[in-house]
Amino acid sequence: MSDYCELSKLTKIYPTPKGPAVIVKDFDLNIKKGEFVTLIGHSGCGKSTVLSMLAGLNDITAGGIILAGRELDGAGPDRGVVFQSPSLLPWMTAFENVMLGVKQVFFTATAEERRQIVEYYLTVVGLGDAMHKRPAELSQGMRQRVGIARAFALSPKMLLLDEPFGMLDSLTRYELQQVLIELWRKNKITALMVTHDVDEALFLSDRIVCMTDGPEAEVGDILEVHFPRPRERKAVMEHPDYYKLREHLIEFLEVHAHRKTQPIAPVPNPPPAGGRSLRSVEDALLNPA
Amino acid sequence: MNESKLKQLDWLLLPLIGFAIVLALWAVSSVTWATNLPSPVKTWESSKVYILEPFAKRGEMDQGILRFTWYSLILVAKGYVLALVIGTPIGFFLGLSKAFTKTFDPIIQILRPVSPLAWLPLGLVLFLSAGKEAGTLGALFTIAICSMWPTVLNTAVGVRSIPQDYLNVAKVLKLSRTKTLFKVLIPATLPYMFTGFRLSLGIAWLVIVAAEMLTGRPGVGGFLWQEYNSLIYEHIILSIVTIGVVGFVLDRLMSVVERRFKTI
Repeated sequence: MSDYCELSKLTKIYPTPKGPAVIVKDFDLNIKKGEFVTLIGHSGCGKSTVLSMLAGLNDITAGGIILAGRELDGAGPDRGVVFQSPSLLPWMTAFENVMLGVKQVFFTATAEERRQIVEYYLTVVGLGDAMHKRPAELSQGMRQRVGIARAFALSPKMLLLDEPFGMLDSLTRYELQQVLIELWRKNKITALMVTHDVDEALFLSDRIVCMTDGPEAEVGDILEVHFPRPRERKAVMEHPDYYKLREHLIEFLEVHAHRKTQPIAPVPNPPPAGGRSLRSVEDALLNPA
Repeated sequence: MNESKLKQLDWLLLPLIGFAIVLALWAVSSVTWATNLPSPVKTWESSKVYILEPFAKRGEMDQGILRFTWYSLILVAKGYVLALVIGTPIGFFLGLSKAFTKTFDPIIQILRPVSPLAWLPLGLVLFLSAGKEAGTLGALFTIAICSMWPTVLNTAVGVRSIPQDYLNVAKVLKLSRTKTLFKVLIPATLPYMFTGFRLSLGIAWLVIVAAEMLTGRPGVGGFLWQEYNSLIYEHIILSIVTIGVVGFVLDRLMSVVERRFKTI
């Protein structure tokens, strides 16, 4: 299969009063059609920046992105985004939230067809009975289900997930991972997800891209995940390769965590002349001269 | 009566005590240091015809108190609607455009604290050519320009505090400008707008008295000023109480509306 989405030499630089801050530098990644790729890395390493450039919500400083043979320019409903917070409009019901996007994409469809699309996706994510509730009446997990339905209902060329389950408790997270993977299996939408949850990445992805820590984040390591699909959580976790892959990922993250903290660790200020730091007071109490 | 039963009547008893204290202070003042101040009893005696026949019309400046209130409310309503119609879009522009804010914020901050008493003469001058209508138009101008600031500023704050999440949704779905405005920006700003609307109404009602005093229009404020000039001081107090009660009721009504929009 040929590359469907190509990110080449993607770079993000923010101007700051202290000079340009390079967040992401020369980030290269090719994603095949129908592939589920996960970007993993520490918080603040720039993985979300890559995703939001792909979503068109963040300007690209240098480099480019080609999706389905066309260079991307700005945001658009051909990419379905699931945000970390569900980002539902609170004055609209779940149905209206999904319909807002469906109307944009399927503007030639009849009202009846659009209604069927919205109802189909809301039912598939398990909200058949709660379609006409407002976000305030839904639990955090249910809201994110609406978020997922909204992204899939656009029939996008690509699905972008920005730590979609980061705000949920672990039980709900497992449930929604299941909902997501089943929907994805039916639609085979090319997907890029950002997460820092190693198990989530292993369960869902075909490929895991580890990012080095920013500033100047780039691709560090790429892991192929060959667990057979359709995946079953138990089967995946019992697979002989699971712990090997998991170890590998965690080791990578740890190495980079150290690389990040050592040079940037703040040098403690010397105690002011004549004064005493908290530490020296403690010493004096414990070891009286 | 035991203690818990007394507690249940707090909401009624305590305010009554408050009113009683103020009435007592008033009564004492009227016989001690402020002998020109009519006593509560005298005020009631002299005012009851206005209250008991609230819609009577005995002459241009001698009408039932609710009839006067009605005239004032009509004028306030017109000026207030004008303030909202002008103030809300200005608030939106301030919230949306940094350049617009930089251009107009200083002048808004300077005009905002100007008293209605200062605006009114300017209003009269502006509409001098309107002849007989000059008073009304000047009053409308004054009410509008004094009461629109809370609407302007609250709308601007509301627009500025729209969560980025909502704007991202609009961007990802590529909503048109009009759709973004009506489906995202306005609904997200509504709670702030209604806070502004409530505060604006309060000010509009404050301004009415000044506007009517200076233009001599029939209304609560005009009545107050006329009775002061005729040395009927009881009716000053009647007018003050009326203005206060009406203002309170308006504020309550608006906060009911405001709360409806807060829940979304």
